[in-house]
Amino acid sequence: MNEKEGSDRELLEITSGEAEHVYYWHCGHYVSKFLLGLRDKKTILGIKCSRCGRVYVPPREVCGRCFATMNEWVDLGTEGTIYAFTVVKLPYIDPNTGKPIKVPRTDIYVKLEGADTCLMHWLDETDEKKISVGAKVRAVFKEHRRGTIHDIECFTQI
Amino acid sequence: MDKVAIIGVGQTRYERGNTKSFAELVYEVTRKALDDAGLELDNIDNVVTTTNDFYDGRTIACMAVAEASGSYGRDATNVEGDGTLSAFYGLMRTLSGVYDATIVTTHCKMSEGNPRKLFNQAFDPIYDRILGMDAISSSALQARAYMDRYGVTEEQCAMVSVKNHANARNNPYAHVALEITIDDVMKSPMLAEPIKRLDISPISDGACAIILATEERARKSAKKPVWVRGVAHCTDAYRLGERDLTYSAALETAAKKAYKMAGIRNPFKQIDVAEVYDAFSYMELMWYEGLGFCDRGKGGKLVESGKTQMGGELPVNPSGGVLSAHPVQVAGLARIAEAVLQLRGEAGGRQVPGAKTALAHGITGICGQTHCVWVLSNEEA
Amino acid sequence: MGTRTAIVGVGQTYHTSKRKDVNGQELINEAVRRALEDADLTLKDIDAIVIGNMDHFEAINCVDCWSVDGSGAFMKPIMKVTTGGSTGGTLGSCAYYHVASGLFDVVMAIGWEKNSESDTQAAISTCADPILERDFFGGAIGPNAAEYAMYMKQYGASEEDAAMVAVRDHNNALNNPYAHLRKHITVEDVMNSPVLCWPIKLLDSCPRSDGACAVIYAAEGRAEKIASRPAWVHASAVSHDYVYFGDYDWEAMPTLEATASRVYKRAGIVNPLKEIDVMELYLPFSTCGVIWMEHMWVCGRGESPRLIREGVFDMDGELPVNPSGGVLSTNPIGATALIRIGEAALQIMNKAGSRQVPNVNTAMATAFGSCYWFEATILRSGKP
Repeated sequence: MNEKEGSDRELLEITSGEAEHVYYWHCGHYVSKFLLGLRDKKTILGIKCSRCGRVYVPPREVCGRCFATMNEWVDLGTEGTIYAFTVVKLPYIDPNTGKPIKVPRTDIYVKLEGADTCLMHWLDETDEKKISVGAKVRAVFKEHRRGTIHDIECFTQI
Repeated sequence: MDKVAIIGVGQTRYERGNTKSFAELVYEVTRKALDDAGLELDNIDNVVTTTNDFYDGRTIACMAVAEASGSYGRDATNVEGDGTLSAFYGLMRTLSGVYDATIVTTHCKMSEGNPRKLFNQAFDPIYDRILGMDAISSSALQARAYMDRYGVTEEQCAMVSVKNHANARNNPYAHVALEITIDDVMKSPMLAEPIKRLDISPISDGACAIILATEERARKSAKKPVWVRGVAHCTDAYRLGERDLTYSAALETAAKKAYKMAGIRNPFKQIDVAEVYDAFSYMELMWYEGLGFCDRGKGGKLVESGKTQMGGELPVNPSGGVLSAHPVQVAGLARIAEAVLQLRGEAGGRQVPGAKTALAHGITGICGQTHCVWVLSNEEA
Repeated sequence: MGTRTAIVGVGQTYHTSKRKDVNGQELINEAVRRALEDADLTLKDIDAIVIGNMDHFEAINCVDCWSVDGSGAFMKPIMKVTTGGSTGGTLGSCAYYHVASGLFDVVMAIGWEKNSESDTQAAISTCADPILERDFFGGAIGPNAAEYAMYMKQYGASEEDAAMVAVRDHNNALNNPYAHLRKHITVEDVMNSPVLCWPIKLLDSCPRSDGACAVIYAAEGRAEKIASRPAWVHASAVSHDYVYFGDYDWEAMPTLEATASRVYKRAGIVNPLKEIDVMELYLPFSTCGVIWMEHMWVCGRGESPRLIREGVFDMDGELPVNPSGGVLSTNPIGATALIRIGEAALQIMNKAGSRQVPNVNTAMATAFGSCYWFEATILRSGKP
């Protein structure tokens, strides 16, 4: 075949179509309890390793450092400090909806009082000049809660 | 090859809709394997996990199981594919002289996604995927090609289903244990001709872990070591249209190489028990042939002879095989774990008496594109 | 002790933002053919292949199986390994362990990505835990931006210090014919480029590329026959510790420190600045080129900006970093870290062309990805 007439004339691209893959993730025994804490008690639960004393949030079954099963639940309340933040300005595709995310959006890492790890969430402030690392924040809960991480609407500086 | 042994195994019960998270499943089997080997995590210096971003529904799915598999503070890596391949990589890392003891984990929660859609994504996006091919329809094409060429009957395939589902009744980990007849299989709903409901494996959740150790470490282990005597894998052409679907060249090649390493000349005589990846009933017959248990085209006759049943000369899938529990990516490692239990004499009601040499087999890809063959023994080389 | 192993061949594609002229298998094949040519081998000489990428960028399940037409794995052993951004490092070590095990003599590692085939940031954001973190994870840039903001506050470093790293890597890329971005830039250009996520600006950050890389490893006995100056693998190390992004301690960078200390120990390196001749580092953002040097013990805490200003890591400096132009100039994600290993090997093999650093006997390559996971490899001209 003459290449100029055939393959080189046009380079095609095909799409994967509109199909979506719906998954039903099992939260498991530890994350379920955490989410139920948000839904039913408006509080954030962590878990403590009885060997090394580290308090993890989100809670999980095993302390990776000690490889010990954890059962000591800790009520971390709703307040903490900003460990890190970023104001996202790039409207990438939201994997949940397939549509661009709304920007600007502030993602934060919150160190809850009494926890050794951070919880990720959003902050209700998108002007980076008005946000600082170390600022105190509090979780704002939704009125109607369904047992997801979005039962916390966002965090707000206090 | 230097001596490497499997010194610990752990499995969950296989079921659909297990409520544990990925990490909780993996922690369960990692603990079980350590307890089985009489080890603490401190004795492990290397971790190989097995994940698949499609099945797990997230990118970099291995992140979810890092703590649960014991990765913290030690070298860790991740394979995507059947657990027999992860174990092979674990074996190579053990042989490198860098590590003493390696834990290999794999998990599956296929009940969380849409298996038919996920398998469809293994087809080429430009050519085949768009036609809606999936594991069942593509396997039906292979089954038809194979059966037509060699005159293998649907009843012979059904015999595999009857045998394996019955064997599963002796396996506490099995997902689907059934007391059925050939007639039940033949009358079960047709899914994609000639494959019927009872010819296919279930969608199972579960996890499995094994521990591999150097000779020195293995000699100190709590349980009698099971030695790796031969292992090999091989991959056929990708496109179904390029392969001779009626026999597996890749399996023949992998088996010959593994047998050579293990000094096996007559597999049917020298192997005492085999655990093979029977995702569909016809596959077990094809794998008999590829593994050299019989000549090409004679798989149907072999199952008919009863020699692969419990009590036969070479029992195949005493555990019930993949037909009775199919956690994808786990199923091959579960074959290895079952072979280890057989060689230790710990297989309970499914024990093949006096088994000294066992074979475990795993597949990856469409219609068994990649095969991995393990020969294990409780006797040293 | 396993079999001594060396890198004997490296091949890569020309990397660009969109390779519409080839499909994935053809892209892979380009790198494979170049690696075989480089080592003067044929596919028959290859005993086994390992391949990797990031699944959701191209949405091909079982890439090892799919790749056969391009990778040349027909009737050969192939397996897939993947760990996110660090996949290339994982691939290199997988090929190394294949050979070191004594089971295979000549093994090829292939990393590839066609980032143009999907929305990279969206695909990356699905690496965060879907139940708890996904919706709050703005891709890889957020944590890195936050990390540098903290560093500047702690050590008085500036945005210009990071810009100098960007200038170094981008301008080094001018010497690399395979690099994706090849444009001379200045500190002012970086500072004036749009802010993506303060303090990280467009020219501080990596592009997304289409490309592939193949690296051939061979056993002692074969390696010396294939290459006149093989690059011997002295050590490989990994640290994959964390599960949730919220777990990570950015100030301490424990996984980078663990990886570096493990790989130095295995290779017998005490003073990396003095003992290593060239580094190919996985620096997704210029800011990492400031902070991470310290966690790799190249210098003390807070000292990195001074060394950067003194030109220690420039092409003619004491320890040249990223002669290839690094990740800031080329980033086909599944291949990116393997390119680091390949480029480090080319430096040892004295085949790096106009980006060659003179007299390289020890080279280091790193990989970064997932939940702040790191991998590292030390190569030397002499046998281990």
